[in-house]
Amino acid sequence: MLRNDIGDKSPKFGCGLGQCGACFVLIGGRPTPACDTPVEYVRGEVRTLAGLGSPDAPHPVQSAFLELQAGQCGYCISGMIVSAVALLRDNPQPTRAEVSAALDRNLCRCGTHVRFVDAVLAAAGSTRDAPT
Amino acid sequence: MTSELPASLVENPWISTWLTVADDGRIALRVGKVELGQGILTALTQIAAHELDVAPEAVSAAATSTASSPDEGLTAGSLSITFSGAAVRRVCAEARELFRRAAAHKSGLDTAQIRLVSGVFVAPDGSPVGSYADLSGAVDLHVRVGDPSLAVELAPPTSKDLARVDLPDKVMGRARFIHDLEFDGMLHARVVRPPGPGAHLEAAALETISSLPGVEQVVREGDFLAVIARREGQATKAAEALSASASWSAGIELPDPADVEGWLRTSEAETRLIRDDGAEHGDAPVVLSATFARPFIAHASIGPSCAIARYADGLLEVWSHSQGVFTLRNAIAVALDLPAEAVVVQHVEGPGSYGHNAADDAAMDAALLATHAQGRHVRVQWSRGDEFSWEPFGPAMVGDVTASVDESGTITDWSYELWTNGHTARPGYAPHMSLLADAHRAGLPMLPPAVDPPAARGHGSARNAEPYYDFGRVDVTVHRLLTMPIRTSSLRSLGSHLNTFAVESVIDELASATDRDPLQMRLAHLSDPRAREVLNTVAAAADWGAPVPDGHGRGIAFCRYKNRGSYCAVVADVEATDRLHVTRLTIAVDVGRVVNADGVRNQIEGGAIQATSWALFEQVRFDRHAITSIDWESYPIARFGQVPELDIRVVPRPDEPPLGSGEATQGPATAAIGNALADALGVRVRTLPFTTANIVAAINAAG
Repeated sequence: MLRNDIGDKSPKFGCGLGQCGACFVLIGGRPTPACDTPVEYVRGEVRTLAGLGSPDAPHPVQSAFLELQAGQCGYCISGMIVSAVALLRDNPQPTRAEVSAALDRNLCRCGTHVRFVDAVLAAAGSTRDAPT
Repeated sequence: MTSELPASLVENPWISTWLTVADDGRIALRVGKVELGQGILTALTQIAAHELDVAPEAVSAAATSTASSPDEGLTAGSLSITFSGAAVRRVCAEARELFRRAAAHKSGLDTAQIRLVSGVFVAPDGSPVGSYADLSGAVDLHVRVGDPSLAVELAPPTSKDLARVDLPDKVMGRARFIHDLEFDGMLHARVVRPPGPGAHLEAAALETISSLPGVEQVVREGDFLAVIARREGQATKAAEALSASASWSAGIELPDPADVEGWLRTSEAETRLIRDDGAEHGDAPVVLSATFARPFIAHASIGPSCAIARYADGLLEVWSHSQGVFTLRNAIAVALDLPAEAVVVQHVEGPGSYGHNAADDAAMDAALLATHAQGRHVRVQWSRGDEFSWEPFGPAMVGDVTASVDESGTITDWSYELWTNGHTARPGYAPHMSLLADAHRAGLPMLPPAVDPPAARGHGSARNAEPYYDFGRVDVTVHRLLTMPIRTSSLRSLGSHLNTFAVESVIDELASATDRDPLQMRLAHLSDPRAREVLNTVAAAADWGAPVPDGHGRGIAFCRYKNRGSYCAVVADVEATDRLHVTRLTIAVDVGRVVNADGVRNQIEGGAIQATSWALFEQVRFDRHAITSIDWESYPIARFGQVPELDIRVVPRPDEPPLGSGEATQGPATAAIGNALADALGVRVRTLPFTTANIVAAINAAG
């Protein structure tokens, strides 16, 4: 629906089973797998990675991912950032363990985990005034 | 300059193949290596910009296409910087000198008087003669490299941290992956696979499914079965219905999952002596024999494979995330009986592949289906279950080591015998029948058995089977299976993974048997100073020798990848309670000259974490008929809470040739974890992965 009908390619197809987090979008602020969530069950605003920031005004988490070069193949990044944004809204100053726990539903195959956690922690340092 | 041309330039000698300078100053770089998430396009962009003395933003590296890019073979084996980097450096240096000559001609000065300052050629008095843009009309790059009249001096290498050129799109959510590619009127296809290898299609409701909403075609060729529909959801639904309607024969019998080792040892195989010094193990004071094994391991790319193809007016265009678009082009042409010139494969970035995964198969699926829907773009998307079931795995392996130590504690004799399927079946290594659809169209029970890259490419099964240490006599024998019921091909580091695990485990066992420190045992058998330096560096960084608390363990390991590539030493810290947790990996690498320091660190980090995942969790599951690890629950990989802290030290070697970094850590990280586990438990686990089941089995066997 999102990818083919609306044309927002930012959520990725990873498993179609809700197991990997590549397709996470924010529905009512919660990271939710888009792959197995029927449209008719959606209540609340849907936000994808592409809707979080723009090149001129990237979301602080996006800026931190670029600043720390947090990515290898980048296929899981969309879901990672979505999970991170949800975490920082609830918990603007998370510990390393809390970031790890918040991203634990998102799989990364390249082994970029440490950089992702570092980037989320870096974003937390600048996220207090973020527009989300 | 008198040095020999880099290999990629021998094959692709025209500068214009590699480089275009437009009159607006934009510089287009074309290379034969593809972006896999390893940052190669960034590194090559950086090399080109440095050699041309322009800003990196002026250079754009295009994705590889068989129609316009130099053929540099596969993107594999941690060789891209070594080969493509050398070629790009030389091409750009020669292009720069051609521009300098044009500047001299324009100004009436001697070439030697013209200086290049940030992309502008200037006269001795500092007045500008012209930029690359200004001079582009006066320079013909359609010349061969190696012009002896050019005074070419390569720019002194630098190491930078140029930011990844592909990352902004990925972080901002812009379409970049092949999965995001869309064409007007594009059709969507799904392939319906047999329930297991070798099963033949007996019947399916082809007619009924053809009339489902949106279905354009149902395609059957032998055991290859697919639907093409207008919308993706329609294709998925029709494929489910088609699958439900299909009946298949039983297929071939897979090995007994409870005795893969027995199957490996007894299957028909080709036996090769890799080295034969006549090792003897008669009456040495210490003789140790041990067997090491690993299971089939999946590439398990985070995104299932995808491809698009269009066949029109005799030209077949294919968009693929393959690691080898040129060999894939040839394989598709052979399979579809087309001349190679009638097939163009364009690389588009995909999720990380770590070797030969199903990307090529998906491309073949799309190409075949495009011939059934001429004039239309046909997109094939594999499912997660099909990716896990049908990708070629890293082969299961079992190896026996016998080693002897003399009175002085010197390892004098070493014997290693290995049983495995071959470690590559990529298109190009097999002359035909390398793609899954080939087998299914022809009704073959299995694809031809995988082979091994030659010694000149660092071996496959036998990669790092010969220890890099100074042992007296070494024998290495490899049995490569001539049957392949479970499909295998190259997975990051090939045979080096198990072979290094075996070598490094036995050295620790011998150190223990002779009451020596594992680090000292290694140093005592290593004369190569670069090898010694990574070991000493990692030992210092990790404070090797410091006491380790109860329930914890510490292990060290070393490998020089392919015995000729990068050097890597790892210290692993683990906690072994009810399960094994790797708390920290300290890693020292020597990858020769570093092009992009952050890129090297990123590759080492990723390799170490992926190796940890392999070591702790990964194992392809199957029954006698089919692969049963078909999702992330049945094939778990490391999650955030299971990833170790990393401390990475890169030994500076600015004057040494670059050696590659992508596969350096797989073997030594695994071995260091194994050695740390043995340190914690007092029992050695020689079968991967280090699951509770395998640990308990080792404890019981030792009991």
